[in-house]
Amino acid sequence: MRKQTLKGLAVGLVAVVGLAACGSSSSSSDTTVAAGAAGLACEVTDTGGVDDKGFNQIAHEGLLQAEKELGVTTDLLESTTDADYAPNLQSFVDKGCNVIVTVGFLLADATKAAAEANPTVQFAIVDSNTSAPNVQGLTFATDQPSFLAGYMAAATTKSGIVGTFGGINIPPVTTFMQGFAKGVEYYNAQKKASVKVLGWDIAKQDGTFSGDFSDQTKGTSIAKSMADEGADIIFPVAGPVGLGASQFAMDSAGKVKIIGVDVDMSVSNPTQAEVYVGSVLKKIDAAVLQAVKDALAKTGGGTDYLGTLANGGVDIAITSTITPELQAELDAVKAGIIDGSIVTK
Amino acid sequence: MKKFFNKIGERLNRISSMKLTLLAVLSALVVGAFIIIISDVDKLKSGDIAGAFSTVGSAYWALVVGSFGSLRAISNTINSSTPLILCGISVAIAFKAGLFNIGATGQMLAGGMASLWVGFSMHGPGIIQVPLAVLAGAIGGAAFGAIPGFLKARTGAHEVITTIMLNNMMAFFVLWLLKTNLFQREERTDPISKLVSAEGKLPRLFGFLDGRSDLIAHAGFFVALGVVAAYWWFLKKSTTGFEFRAYGLNSDAATYAGMHVKRLTVLAMVFAGGIAGMAGAAEVLGTYGYASANFAGNIGFDAIAIALLGQSSPLGTMFAAILFGALQAGGRQMQANSDVPIDLIVVLRALIVMFIAAPLLVKTIWRTKSATVSAGQTFRGWGS
Repeated sequence: MRKQTLKGLAVGLVAVVGLAACGSSSSSSDTTVAAGAAGLACEVTDTGGVDDKGFNQIAHEGLLQAEKELGVTTDLLESTTDADYAPNLQSFVDKGCNVIVTVGFLLADATKAAAEANPTVQFAIVDSNTSAPNVQGLTFATDQPSFLAGYMAAATTKSGIVGTFGGINIPPVTTFMQGFAKGVEYYNAQKKASVKVLGWDIAKQDGTFSGDFSDQTKGTSIAKSMADEGADIIFPVAGPVGLGASQFAMDSAGKVKIIGVDVDMSVSNPTQAEVYVGSVLKKIDAAVLQAVKDALAKTGGGTDYLGTLANGGVDIAITSTITPELQAELDAVKAGIIDGSIVTK
Repeated sequence: MKKFFNKIGERLNRISSMKLTLLAVLSALVVGAFIIIISDVDKLKSGDIAGAFSTVGSAYWALVVGSFGSLRAISNTINSSTPLILCGISVAIAFKAGLFNIGATGQMLAGGMASLWVGFSMHGPGIIQVPLAVLAGAIGGAAFGAIPGFLKARTGAHEVITTIMLNNMMAFFVLWLLKTNLFQREERTDPISKLVSAEGKLPRLFGFLDGRSDLIAHAGFFVALGVVAAYWWFLKKSTTGFEFRAYGLNSDAATYAGMHVKRLTVLAMVFAGGIAGMAGAAEVLGTYGYASANFAGNIGFDAIAIALLGQSSPLGTMFAAILFGALQAGGRQMQANSDVPIDLIVVLRALIVMFIAAPLLVKTIWRTKSATVSAGQTFRGWGS
């Protein structure tokens, strides 16, 4: 009988998890609406789903902004496996979407194929470059704000050691880590200081990774081991895994501080707002809004949108009190990055 | 005790397992309808009960239309079913030998990567290259499946633990491979593999229809059907198949009868791994034409439910896989046509398996007269 019970338990768990997923996303997905006068803008998520508190969700917020500002109608399809991408794109083409936004490099091949088969439909893809005359790539120079975050961390650390870690070793993640480490390096060169960075090695182009974007306990344990090595400011680039690091920072009672990623985490994670000294912003929503505008004007295809400090597509939000001197230095560094005199990569 | 359950299970298999399965699916749809209604908060708040019911109707109708309602729907169902059939048989054949193969995901990844390597590095005519690539997938999966088999035979390490761990190891190994120069596509910086050459891809089933690039079903389906037939022959006609079943039903008796149980353990995992490896080959060579880090998805775990649902029989497992494939294909349509999120499909699948695992519940709900209860598929517990 024991195995019967076990089996039932396992299946029951699956059902509960499924139900939870169902409940949380049914509220955020709005589908099946006739195309408005301004057009129909559609989004296909990757397997993270639209409630991933990450780029799928932020891209969808951009779509909802387009709905408000441009009067377009929006539609959304979530993918549960890689095999869903092509059929989901096909059903949006059939629906007559004017612009289809796909989220993440995993959709790059499917987007390219759909774009080539349907040259009259406009596409935009987050975190990937253009691949066809009717595809706009939406990319972000996240090394720039991360550089500022690194500079700020180096200037405010008390222990002289700061840390960063990523989800998995892919460019959309490591660009942040590289920028952060470069920012610290720049501070050291300017101030003759020797602040150490844990978790990213500029020479080896490798560092610490949690291995996924979901397991928060890994974020806690990485943050703990970095704190044991003396780090007092940590910059996690691992989506929800970073929340585990924030939890550790909460428990450390002010000894460890966190730099948020993608969105202003003192706003998106209000119960732990006090642990964030600042956040590196990657404004996917603004890029998606712009992409919808471009696509409706049929000007976006074949080009790449690059979010920079100059155009406001990326930025840093400082959510702790810093000295006016440091603020002035950060402004100077920012100006240097914008005019190209400071290299962040 | 075990003998008693097996006896009952065997009798039930003859009487009403089909009926029970259908009732379980029906029960799941009814509970699913209830979930759709209570999650449609807006309509319930405004008291629009009829509207809520019409949501259920349109969702389920989309499920049917999206899975069997058109040539494209059928093609999508075939495409989704292909890896599920293969992985389902992989889990089923291990079940028959009393082993619980949770490692189909890792074996699929191993097989997929092996077939991918043949797929992009060879440039021979398709008629030679494609079978070779599929064979490479089977060998890759079999080699990876052999590891937990050996560990179990030699050291008694439980295959549930080792296969789960090996899944993780293979997932990270694939991620690493996809960043090596051998596998990574030249112009890309993210972990995406090179493309399989055009003649190295499994041909599209409906390739003879011009301009229908949306029909994605591929010849991997025939590989899957072939494996189902081979599995049937293996169980019913071959000596080793007989030994598998004997070992699975009672390992002590099999040992006493002079069977080499260590050999059988390794062999069962080799077969299971090989078949799961072919599922990986079908996905890489047929569906995608390249490999990403997560091309195996959840298929290896869905396969456990499929093998349970099909009671590990060849036809049962195949139909269970087609049911799950149809839910996958129909679910996409449901998501596109109605307000119901795709997560409902996960719930439906879980409910179906739950009702299958709790036959007494189904019997009570539907007041069926059949006198017996299924003991389900048997596999040995931790103690043996």
